[in-house]
Order: sequence, then C-alpha cells, then structure tokens
Amino acid sequence: MDGMHDLGGKQGFGPVRVDDAVFHAPWEKRANALYSLAVKLGVFNMDEYRHAIERMEPRHYLSASYYERSLTSLATLCVEKGLIPLDELERRAGGAFPIALPSAAGRSNVAARERFLPGDVVQVVTDQVAGHVRMPAYVRGRVGVVVGESPAYPFPDAHAHGVDADDEPTYDVRFQATDLWPDADPALVHVGIFQSYLRRAA
Amino acid sequence: MAANPSATQASHRTTAPVERRVDALEAALHERGMEPAAFIAEFEHLAEEEWVPRNGARVVAKAWTDPAFRRRLFANGRDAVGELGIAMPRHHRHLVVLENTDRVHNVICCTLCSCTAFTVIGLPPGWYKDLEYRARVVRQSRAVLKEMGLDLPADVEIRVWDTTADTRYMVLPQQPAHTTGWPEEALVLLVTKDSMIGVARL
Repeated sequence: MDGMHDLGGKQGFGPVRVDDAVFHAPWEKRANALYSLAVKLGVFNMDEYRHAIERMEPRHYLSASYYERSLTSLATLCVEKGLIPLDELERRAGGAFPIALPSAAGRSNVAARERFLPGDVVQVVTDQVAGHVRMPAYVRGRVGVVVGESPAYPFPDAHAHGVDADDEPTYDVRFQATDLWPDADPALVHVGIFQSYLRRAA
Repeated sequence: MAANPSATQASHRTTAPVERRVDALEAALHERGMEPAAFIAEFEHLAEEEWVPRNGARVVAKAWTDPAFRRRLFANGRDAVGELGIAMPRHHRHLVVLENTDRVHNVICCTLCSCTAFTVIGLPPGWYKDLEYRARVVRQSRAVLKEMGLDLPADVEIRVWDTTADTRYMVLPQQPAHTTGWPEEALVLLVTKDSMIGVARL
C-alpha cells in the first residue's frame, strides 16, 4: 500500500534529532519483548507485524512513538486473530485502545519471474498493491543495476496475508539518487527488491 | 496522547495511556499461558547485554587485522560473524558488509520501518527510527550526514543502502591511519555503532 509509512524521499521534515537512546522508558522494552514473544510463539510473522503498523490510521502513525507503533501492531494482530477481544484490552487498559485499520487482500508471486545477475539492468514494476508490499514508492517504475542477490525469502505481499507463495530472492539494485529525484544530493541509492517487483529493462 | 480517529466504537473515550496499554496486553497474554514476564526478562538481557555494538566492533577489528577473515566477511557476512560467535535471527538470511574507502562512503537506513542487523551492530538508535532520517537520508544524503557531523569531501561517493528486505547491511569503516599495527583488542574499542551505520567515520 502507498501508506504513510513509506517515507523515503518525502519532503518537509526538519533536521535529524540526534537521539542515541534505543529505549526511552521501561514500557518500550516490554512492548518490544511482547511482540517478539508473539512472533516466537507463531501468533504472527514479521511481515504481518510490519503490515499492521502500516495499516495504522495515518494521523495515529505519525503521532505515535516507535514503540507505540509496535504495541499497536501487536494489539491489532491479537484482536484480528481472535486471541484477545478488543473490549478485553480496553477494559484492562481503562480506556480506548486504538488498533490499525483492516487489511486489504494480499497477493502471490508474479507468475513470470526472472533470475538476474550482477550488472543486469532492471526496471521496477509499476504495480499498485493494496496490501503489504516492500517496494518503496520512490523506486516504482525506475531503472537500476543489480549489484547483489540474496537467498530466497518469504514473499511479503503473500506472507503478510496468509497467501501461499514461493520464497523468492531479493536483489540489491543500485539507482542514481538524481534519477529518483532531480534535486537529490548526488549519491548511489541501493534498495533490496524482491524478484516479483523487477523485470529486465527494455 | 493524541486521540485516534480509528479507535472504532471507543472513539468517544479517551485513549488509555500507552503504559496502561502495554500492561493490558501483558496481562492478557499472561492469562493465556504465554508467560510474558519470563520472556520480558530474557529480552531485556538480550537487548542490554547481547545485542551490543561491541559485536560489530569485534567484526570490524578482525577484518582490519586478518585479511583472510576480511575476504570471508565480504563473501558471506552471516557465516563470517558466526565464526566470532555472533548469531543473527533466522529471518536475517544474508549479511552484506559495505567497505568504506578514501573515495567511497556507505550509509544504511530503513525508509519503511527500522530494519537493522541489530544482533551485530546493536539495536538502532532513536534517530535511526525517526521520521526525519527515514525520509531524508535517501534524498539528501550529503546534507543529512553533514548535519549529523560528517562533512564528507566532495570527491567522496556516497552509497546509501535502504534495508527494504530481510538482507542486512553493516558498514566496515576505514581503519584510522594512526592505529596501524595496534592489537585487535585495542582496535575493538575504537569502533562505534554510528560508524557501522555510516553516519560517522573513525
């Protein structure tokens, strides 16, 4: 989904606030631990976890701290999977417990996928995906060069939605920052891109 | 805490404080036999004692002093850090080590969330997870690095790596010239988390 989380290249943000702390309050570690426990116990996987963050109502996403987003994803998935009713969470918390908005449908791999080698020139597809996707919008339709290949991973567009799919490799693809944004600082920007999101450039 | 418009039927009620929401989830998981307290204690130990930048610092110092290890590290990062007893989560199937030189500077980010090789370089600092860094570093790499205290010469090529898949990256900083010949144990102490993310040089 073209969600609020897809921040790469968005303008209007101020300076990076140099804040080295990993955690700022004890509850943040507990929130992190609780979602890790749910993943470990197989309640949900990391793609479902990431997608439930992305599905947060945009104003909530932007105003929540990092670990509040983790907590919201955990609560959303526990409710959606029938593990804990929302009214129980709200009763225990003593107030409203905002969760993410419902998910759209997922999708399986693209049927015709191609193996690429370092040096191959590739184009990112122009797909619009309503569910989970790990293709940042800033590379949609863009042309780059393959510089590396990973082992096969679960395909996020399927794995976040319980849809069957083959694992597939990701490719580290190199783009010129100035091809992505004409006003960018000159640099090479590399993005890890799933095979289903790529085709050989014409 | 901002009220959240997605709070379903409870939107007329005040959102519970985030700490109370963590309490609610922990209690609900406890009641279902998932033993969250024990896992939280284990997680806190891992976060504070095990997932520390000293792990990555050991990798860097060994790569500076052992050419054969350095080659293995570039060939298969995951296996090479494993030689030093540093584990990576199962879903991090690939570790790519990015070599800084006089003319090339690498920097990592995750524009979609906060992915990092946290068992190697440590859990990501607050600023890495903030909206500002995620939005800006791919488009304004040189400006962001300068704001963060790294003013790179104009002839240094910047390579940004966006962690959009489950491949993980770490930067191999350059060894400071004056430390040539130092023992590995002394070199370990020089290496910072920021230098392995790539927002600092040593």
